[in-house]
Amino acid sequence: MPAILTIRDLRKSYADGFEALKSVSLDIDEGEILALLGPNGAGKTTLISTVCGIITPTSGSVTVGGHDILDDFRAARSLIGLVPQEINLEPFETVWNTVRFSRGLFGKSRNDALLEDILRKLSLWDKRKNRIMELSGGMKRRVLIAKALSHEPRVLFLDEPTAGVDVELRKDMWEIVAELKASGVTIILTTHYIEEAEAIADRVGVIAEGKLMLVEEKAQLMARMGQKQLEVQLTEPVAALPEALAHHDLQLVNGGGALVYTYDTRGERTGITALLNDVAQAGLVLADVQTRQSSLEDIFVGLVSGETA
Amino acid sequence: MNWTAIGAIYRFEMARFFRTLTQSFLSPVLSTSLYFVVFGAAIGSRIDQVEGIDYGAFIVPGLIMLSVMTQAISNASFGIYFPKFIGTIYELLSAPVNFLEIVLGYVGAAATKALFIGVVILATASLFVDLPIAHPLAMVLFMLLTCLSFALLGFIIGIWAGNFEQLQLIPLMVVTPLVFLGGSFYSISMLPPIWQKITLFNPVVYLISGFRWAFFDTADVPVGLSLLAIGGFTVACIAVIWWIFKTGWRIRS
Repeated sequence: MPAILTIRDLRKSYADGFEALKSVSLDIDEGEILALLGPNGAGKTTLISTVCGIITPTSGSVTVGGHDILDDFRAARSLIGLVPQEINLEPFETVWNTVRFSRGLFGKSRNDALLEDILRKLSLWDKRKNRIMELSGGMKRRVLIAKALSHEPRVLFLDEPTAGVDVELRKDMWEIVAELKASGVTIILTTHYIEEAEAIADRVGVIAEGKLMLVEEKAQLMARMGQKQLEVQLTEPVAALPEALAHHDLQLVNGGGALVYTYDTRGERTGITALLNDVAQAGLVLADVQTRQSSLEDIFVGLVSGETA
Repeated sequence: MNWTAIGAIYRFEMARFFRTLTQSFLSPVLSTSLYFVVFGAAIGSRIDQVEGIDYGAFIVPGLIMLSVMTQAISNASFGIYFPKFIGTIYELLSAPVNFLEIVLGYVGAAATKALFIGVVILATASLFVDLPIAHPLAMVLFMLLTCLSFALLGFIIGIWAGNFEQLQLIPLMVVTPLVFLGGSFYSISMLPPIWQKITLFNPVVYLISGFRWAFFDTADVPVGLSLLAIGGFTVACIAVIWWIFKTGWRIRS
């Protein structure tokens, strides 16, 4: 897949010297979903806002569909849809007029059938004559998405689309994102929720302090950096770890009723066979065995705190 | 030129106006009627004529200018300030539009609203007094240029304003006094000589004088100078707006 969005050495510094972006480079392929993870103030929104034209970059270049965002801003911006983090909507206008305005603003000719389709998919059709101020928070967020989709973008930025929404709406959003991906739209979303990135992203980027610390296939990232734990439950609790098992990296948990063995899936040998042999030799009887893969959240926390960076 | 975008902004802004049409329509009619009652009937009955014109008719061009200027400023400044205030400006900044298209949409709508109110006041005034229009084309030109230039000024104020107080500051503290002291309700020839000279530093004098000339064929300052003043003011406002968008001042960080 060719890259639809190319970011090269992008920097943003403010007059007070604060560097919001420190040489960010990134290629995003057409049709993929990239999740940008990072703590507050990491530079996620700055990165999105710069690509969309809301913030002027200090240096570096960005192209969208081969069009430079500064020299050829019309062509570049007409490919982009943006769903901002804050619910920014004209409160006194109706849903229909608000969405129609967005399509016109992007220079697209009137297409009521398309807008109807978008509003129906987002469960907004029945609310089209309502004023924005009469809608619930979740509905307003859907209106923001409808506005961004109204001009048929090829690249869609979702800045924390599910911040502060209930579980049901979050699941709905994920379905909407999946449908958009199926229709060929490239999606870049920022999120605080690791489970969101885990559930819907193809690739995951981690931003901290204005730097893109890594971008990797989600599955690869988890496989590469993920640690696994093997929990061995015993039929009889033990007071202390038997001498024969001392050389294994083991923790005694559940009041001596279980052993936890941490291993790296990247290693050539996991050491599981040797461990289980030693456990049997030590005279311990197994009641049950289970493994746990570390979540993206564990990886993320590790990266940001510098443990695995 | 992205005419679809200009049309979208224009329609969206006009919708705001039509939502409050009764208020938009009744408010200028009521205030004009009050001015006629106070200045035309109560005071005018003692003044009789100014430069050979009935006082009631004499104040009409000034009254129209007062409303047109304040309406153009307030509509344009609110039009661009409100998206900044509620955050919807993100969409304007990320849309494939340039500064000229944004300005045409917002200023065009604000100027249209001001023109509508100017026409309503003119119609209301003609119910109270006989109103000859000596130079109809010039009258239309002055009115259009005033709507446009003051809408441009309003747009600048809307970009500059950091809160609602600042939004009201210039219309209340600068424009209204300048209009009142610019010969709306008197001819500057009625002032003492020193004040006649000082008054010439008030740019609004040239607009009201030119506009009044279009009605009564009599002016305080040469008509050419009036046209030059309003033309120069328009160009200056456009230059400032061009600079604002070029530098991103107060809109793009």
